Amino acid sequence: MSKNKVSIIAEPNKQEVFITREFDAPRALVYKAHIDPELYVKWLGPHGLEMILETFEPVNGGKYRYIHKDENGEYAFHGVFHTMTEDLMIQTFEFEGLPEPGHVTLDTMRLEELPNNRTRLTIQSVFQSVADRDGMMQSGMETGVVEGYEKLDALLEKMSL
Amino acid sequence: MRRDVFQAIADPNRRAILSLLAKNERLNLNGVAENFRISRPAVSRHIKILKECGLVIVIQEGRERYCEAKFDKLNEVTDWIEKYRQFWEERFSRLDKILEEMKKQEKKKNVKK
Repeated sequence: MSKNKVSIIAEPNKQEVFITREFDAPRALVYKAHIDPELYVKWLGPHGLEMILETFEPVNGGKYRYIHKDENGEYAFHGVFHTMTEDLMIQTFEFEGLPEPGHVTLDTMRLEELPNNRTRLTIQSVFQSVADRDGMMQSGMETGVVEGYEKLDALLEKMSL
Repeated sequence: MRRDVFQAIADPNRRAILSLLAKNERLNLNGVAENFRISRPAVSRHIKILKECGLVIVIQEGRERYCEAKFDKLNEVTDWIEKYRQFWEERFSRLDKILEEMKKQEKKKNVKK
């Protein structure tokens, strides 16, 4: 099992989320896993969902559209690639299943080379409003109450930084 | 005016007040205020907002008013971040597997050369 942990930073009342994760692989490989369509479909989609890359042009100005399928239906996403280089990937992202179109995020992904052939990926996702961000982060959430003061303490500690 | 959990925890003083109430079952207003450099009216204002957001209840007992935190509301936020984190953990562990396969293939290629 990997010991690399995901870090999520979503400050209250902001329109952005930061996601950071390290990988035990050189940057060139991590980048390749993002631009090779055969590799990309293997890891992007959730388990149990078939993923179809309808359009995939990972170059500056290219576009993409992919569809997740399960027995309940289809979920489609699309956007454009603004910048595609090994250290910096910038793209837009929109889920087509929302009641009204136009809720787009701007996602900036940075790939940093680390010692020992490791790589750090940092994703900054900027939403059009705080409500958009909070809504997206809540979507797909199963209900279930997590009790406990330890979690609360950890949460407050994180937020007071 | 926005009154929800996110509004409640947006301010560092309010987060500190919640932390304090988490450690002490209940405190009166003075008990809360003496832990802060900000003025008592300022503390009162923050408690009023926390109350409106549903995170604190104020109980009148005789002449004293006691504050108690209601954490089930705040758990909504914890849960929210955890589910989101899980989504990314799963996605990235799939990417880990792909990267392992890619590394093996690279090695094979290098051996052939």
